[in-house]
Amino acid sequence: MNGADTAFVLISAALVMLMTPGLAFFYGGMVRVKSALNMLMMSFISLGIVSVLWVLYGYSLAFGEDSGAGLVGGLDHLGLAGIDAGTLTGGRTGIPVFAFALFQLMFAVITPALMSGALADRVKFSAWSLFITLWVTVVYFPVAHWVWQPDGWLYQLKVIDFAGGTAVHINAGVGGLAAVLVVGARVGFKKDPMRPHSLPLVMLGAGLLWFGWFGFNAGSALAADGTAATMALNTQVATAAAMLGWLGYERVRHGAFTTLGAASGAVAGLVAITPSGAAVNALGALVIGVAAGTACSWAVSLKYRLGFDDSLDVVGVHLVGGVIGTLLVGVLAVDGVGGAAQLGRQAAGAFAVMAYSFTVSWLLARFIDRVIGFRAAEDDEISGVDQAFHAEAAYDFSAVGGVAQSRAHVPALAPGASGAGGAPGAGGAPGAAIRSKGEKDEKNEKGTTGKKVDV
Amino acid sequence: MRLITAVVKPHRLDEVKEALRSAGVRGLTVTEASGYGRQRGHTEVYRGAEYTIDLVPKVRIEVLVEDDDAEQVIEAIVKAARTGKIGDGKVWSVPVDTAVRVRTGERGPDAV
Repeated sequence: MNGADTAFVLISAALVMLMTPGLAFFYGGMVRVKSALNMLMMSFISLGIVSVLWVLYGYSLAFGEDSGAGLVGGLDHLGLAGIDAGTLTGGRTGIPVFAFALFQLMFAVITPALMSGALADRVKFSAWSLFITLWVTVVYFPVAHWVWQPDGWLYQLKVIDFAGGTAVHINAGVGGLAAVLVVGARVGFKKDPMRPHSLPLVMLGAGLLWFGWFGFNAGSALAADGTAATMALNTQVATAAAMLGWLGYERVRHGAFTTLGAASGAVAGLVAITPSGAAVNALGALVIGVAAGTACSWAVSLKYRLGFDDSLDVVGVHLVGGVIGTLLVGVLAVDGVGGAAQLGRQAAGAFAVMAYSFTVSWLLARFIDRVIGFRAAEDDEISGVDQAFHAEAAYDFSAVGGVAQSRAHVPALAPGASGAGGAPGAGGAPGAAIRSKGEKDEKNEKGTTGKKVDV
Repeated sequence: MRLITAVVKPHRLDEVKEALRSAGVRGLTVTEASGYGRQRGHTEVYRGAEYTIDLVPKVRIEVLVEDDDAEQVIEAIVKAARTGKIGDGKVWSVPVDTAVRVRTGERGPDAV
C-alpha cells in the first residue's frame, strides 16, 4: 500500500464531498425565496440516499467484476462483501479499495444532484427522492462501469474520460433534460420574473465547487503523482479561462459583466476540463476553457428559444460543457493520442451515454409521474415548495410576518398556518417583468413621455 | 399639525436624518418602500435573460410637525435628499386632526 497515494485519495474524497453542499448553494441562490430550501435539499438528500445505496449494491454494480459485455458490474460485492481494510486496488503500489470506494461514492452523490437544477421550484420532494434512487441504480452505476471499470465497454474502446465528462456531466445534463420534458415548465415560465434570490450564495457555491473540483479532477489520478499535478493545473487554467470567456461574451452581448456569469463560466470550465485529465497540456486546457465559457454562455439562451424550462441551465452548462470537453480532448490530446480516430472514439462515448441516459431517464420520470406524480400541485408550486414539502421558510421576515409559535403551545396549529415568512417574495420580485430582447426600451420611453406618477 | 411624508433615495437617508435633527425634529418614522416615478425602474440581466425592474427601492420618511415648522422641515428634507439626478423622490404634507402620545395621553401639538 502506498501511504502518500492513500492520503491523497482520502483527502480528495472529502473535497469532492464538499462539492455537493457547494452545488446546493450554487443552485439555491439562483431560485426564488419561496423554493430556496427545497433546492438545497434536492442536492443534500443525495448525500443520504446514494451513500446508503452505494454500500448496499452501488459499488458492486459500478466497480464489481464485469458481468459480461462491459455493461454492468456483478453482485459479488453487495454490502461491500469480500473487501476489507487490507484489500488494495490500482495505483503504483495500491491504495485500499475502501479509499477508492469512498472517493467514487462522492461522484455518485453529486451526479444526480446536478440534475436538480433543471427541475427547480416544481417537483414533489418524495418523487425527486425516488427518482434519484432509481436513476443512480439503472443509469449512473452502469455508466460509471462502462467508463471507469477496466472491463467497461467504453474503457475498452479507449474513450478518454479521466474524471467524468461523460459519466457525470453529459449523463446528468441529458438526464435532467429528459426529466424536464416529462415534468414540464414552471408556472409562469417566460412570463414571470424568476430572478436569483441571492447571488452571494451562488458565488459561495461556485467557490466551493471550484475548490472541491481539485479533488474531483486531480484525485481521479488515484495517486499523488505528475498526472494529478497536471490535472490540478489544468483545472485552474481552464476554469479561469472559461470565466473570462463567459464574461467576455456576456459583455459584448448584454452589456455587463455579471456575477452570475462569472460563477457560471467558472463551472462551465470545470465541467469541460473534467474529461481531459493529463491528456492535454496547460495550453490545451486554456483552449478548452475559453471554448466552454463562450459556448455555454450562448447555450443557456436555447431554452427560451426551444421552450424547455431547464430552470438553472443544467443542459446549457453541464451537457454542453461536458460535450465540448469530451470532444476537444480528442483533438487536443498530446503524446500522439489526439486526432481524428480519437475524436471519433470520444464522440461515440458521448453519444452512447446521451442515448442511454436520455432514454432511461425519460422512462423513469414517466414511471414516477404515472405512479406517484412527479410534479407538485399547482397551488404548492405558486405559494412555494418550501412550505409544502419542508414546512419551513428559508428566511425569517418576522418583523411583519408574524411571530412563530410552538406547536406545543398551540396544538391546533397546522404547519404553515402561522403565516410566518411564507408570503414575502412568494411571487418573485414585485413589479418585475421578464422580456425578450427587442422590446428593450419600450417601457423607458413610455415612462418619460407618459403621465406623471407619484413618487 | 401637519404630517410630512418624504419618499427619497435610500442612500440619502442619513443626510435627511441629520438635516431633520438640525431642524429640531425630535422623532420620525422610516419605512422601506418601493415605487417608481419618472425614472421608471432599471434593467437587470441574469444569464442573458433581461428583466425590467419597475419598482425601485426607496425609503419613506414620515414626520409629524406643528404647522409653523412645516415649511422649514420640508425645505430641510428637500435640500438633504437632492442629488440632481432623476429619481430623487418627492415630499408632501397633509393636515392632521389628532395626535396622541401613547405613554402620557397628551393630545395635539403637545404630542408632537
